[in-house]
Amino acid sequence: MKVPVVLDLARSHVLGRGRQTLVAVLSVALGVGFSIAMAALMQGGEDDMIEQMVNAMPHVRITDEFRHARRQPVQDRFDAVAIAGLRPKEDRRGILNPVEVRARLSGWVPGSLAWSLRTQGVVRYAGRDQGLTLVGIEPDQAQAVAAIKPEEFIAGDFQSLAFGGNNLVVGDRLAEKLGARLGTTVSLVSATGESRSFKITGLFHTGTTARDEGEGYVLLTKAQTLSDRPNVINDIRLRLADPALAPEVARRAERRIGYKTVAWQEANESLLEALVVRNVIMYTVVGAILVVAGFGIFNIISTITHEKSRDIAILKSLGFTERDIRRLFVAEGVAFGVAGSVIGWMIGALLCVAMSMVRFELSGAGVAQEMTHLPLAWNVWHYLVAAGCALASASMAGYLPARRAARLHPVDIIRGAS
Amino acid sequence: MSVLLRGEHLTRILPGTVPVTLVDDVSLTVSGGEFVAITGPSGSGKSSLLYLLGLLDQLTRGRLVLIDQDTAELDEAARAALRLRTLGFVFQFHFLLPEFSALDNVMLPMRKLGERNDREQRERAAELLAVLGLEAHLHKRPHQLSGGQRQRVAVARALANDPPLVLADEPTGSLDSASSEQVFSILHDLVHQRGKTVIAVTHDMELAARMGRRLHLVDGRLEGQGRLQ
Repeated sequence: MKVPVVLDLARSHVLGRGRQTLVAVLSVALGVGFSIAMAALMQGGEDDMIEQMVNAMPHVRITDEFRHARRQPVQDRFDAVAIAGLRPKEDRRGILNPVEVRARLSGWVPGSLAWSLRTQGVVRYAGRDQGLTLVGIEPDQAQAVAAIKPEEFIAGDFQSLAFGGNNLVVGDRLAEKLGARLGTTVSLVSATGESRSFKITGLFHTGTTARDEGEGYVLLTKAQTLSDRPNVINDIRLRLADPALAPEVARRAERRIGYKTVAWQEANESLLEALVVRNVIMYTVVGAILVVAGFGIFNIISTITHEKSRDIAILKSLGFTERDIRRLFVAEGVAFGVAGSVIGWMIGALLCVAMSMVRFELSGAGVAQEMTHLPLAWNVWHYLVAAGCALASASMAGYLPARRAARLHPVDIIRGAS
Repeated sequence: MSVLLRGEHLTRILPGTVPVTLVDDVSLTVSGGEFVAITGPSGSGKSSLLYLLGLLDQLTRGRLVLIDQDTAELDEAARAALRLRTLGFVFQFHFLLPEFSALDNVMLPMRKLGERNDREQRERAAELLAVLGLEAHLHKRPHQLSGGQRQRVAVARALANDPPLVLADEPTGSLDSASSEQVFSILHDLVHQRGKTVIAVTHDMELAARMGRRLHLVDGRLEGQGRLQ
C-alpha cells in the first residue's frame, strides 16, 4: 500500500533523527509504562481494600436505632407547633417485634439474614480481665452471613456453640492475652454485672486486630440471659449475593421496618471518598508524567520544524497547503505517541509481572492486616487510558510547533537560505 | 499566443516602522511560449516580483491574473492548488529534500496532485530525469549528486505536473559555467521544444541577452523591457 505523501515525509523526518526519536519514544513509553503499573497497584489496593471491607462486614446492617428523632403526634396534626421541655420515654433498647421484622425482610432480601444481640462484656481468666464485644448468634445464620469465614477458624467453628453448655468462640489474640486456649473455661461478665462460666470451643483469626482481640461469640440465648435481655436482638446482618445492591436493599428495608439500616457503602463513605480522591491524585500524576513526556516531543518537533524550515518553504512552493504542513508535524507527534504507547504497554505489563512476584510477610503487633503480596489489578482500561493520555499529549505537543511551522512564510525562508 | 499571465500595478510593500517597497507599480503581460528574463541590480526587486508572480507572496496593491484566474479571489488553499497545477519553481539553490532520492523528489508534486497512480508517477519522474541526463542517478540522494545534477533534478521536479509556466530564481547562480550552460539549455529547450513559458530572474546579462524578452527593474520599478531575437 502506498503511504500518503505527508506520512512519508513525516516518516523520513522521524527516522532521520534516530537518537532523538528514541529518546522521545522512550520518554513516552516510560510514562505510559509507569502509569499502567501505578494504576494497577492503586486499583489493586482499592479492590483489595473493598473486598476485605465487603467480606469482613455485613453488606447491610440493621441496628436498634432510628435515623431521625421520632415525630410527636402533635407535629403531624398541626402545621406550626413548638415543643419544649420534651422528656422522651426511656425505651427498652432492642429491635421491637423481632419475629415480625424478620418476616418483613425474609421474603424479598436477595441474600442471607442473621440476627444477633451485641453487647459489651468482660472476659476474666487467671486474674486477667479483657473487655470484649459479646455477640449472641444463631450458628447456622452466622455461618450463612460469614461473620467469620470457615478458613479463619483456627480451631472449632460456630457449630461448636451448640454442643451443650456455655460455649464461647473468641479471637486467637484475645485467648493469647488471657493465656487461655481451646477448652479453657473462662468467666464472662455482662454490663449488668451478671457472670457465667464459658468454655472456649473455637478460636478464629481474621487478621483484623480489633476483632481478633476484642470479639467473642456465644449462642443468642446465652447472650440474652447473660445481659438480662430475654428475646431481644439489636443487630440484623444481611449478606447479599451482589454487594453492589446494598444501598438499594438498605433503603427499602429502612422504609419497611423503620430502623436505621446502613449499607456497607454508607458505613465506609469517608473511606470510599478517600479512594476517589486517591484516584484523582493518581490520574493527575499520570497525566503530569505524560505531559512531561509531551514536552520532550514538543522540544523535538520544534527542533525539526526549525531545521526543516527550508523544506517547509519548498513544500509550500510546490503546492502543499498550510493544512498539509500542520498534518505533517502532528503526524510526527502522533507517531511518537503511538510508538511510545505500544512500548509503554509492554513496559507496564512487565512491571506488573515483576511487582506480582514481590512477596511480603507482615505480622506482629501494630499490624492490622497481613499482606503477603502487592495487590495488582489487571485492567485493559489502564492501558487504554495511559495510551489515550499519551496520544493526546503527543498530538498537542506536535500541533503547537506544527501550527507555527504552517504559518511560516516561504519567501522569508527562501530569501534566508539564498 | 494566448496571454498566460497579466499583472496590473503590482506592488509589494513590507510593512514596518519604515515600510520598504520591494515592487513598485509593475504592470506586465506574459504570453504562452515566452522566455522572459527579469534583470536588474541587487535589491532591485527581481526575486520579489518573481515570488509575486508565483503566488508565494501577497500583493500589497495591484491585480494578478494567472491563466484567466484573478488570484486576489483565492484563499491560501486555492493559491496552493493553483501553484501545484500550473507553476513550476526552480530556485538558486536546489532545495531538494535530503531524505528523498532524486526520483522521489521529482515524484513529490505528482504525489501531492494525485492524478497519476504510483507506477505512472514513477515512470514520468524517471522519464524527466532521463531527458535531463540523469538516468543513472535516479536513486541517488541529493548529497550524492553534483551541483549541476541537483539543479537538473530541481528542474525535473518543477516539470513534474507538466505546468505551463516555470519560474526560475537565479537558476544558474550557484553553478559553474559548464553546469550553468547545461541548465540554461534545458530551460531554453523547455520554451522552444516543449512550448513552456519560462520567467527567469538573472543578473547574468549574457544569459539574459539569449532569452526572448527582458524586463529590467530598478528600485522595484520596471525601467525597461525589450524583445530580443
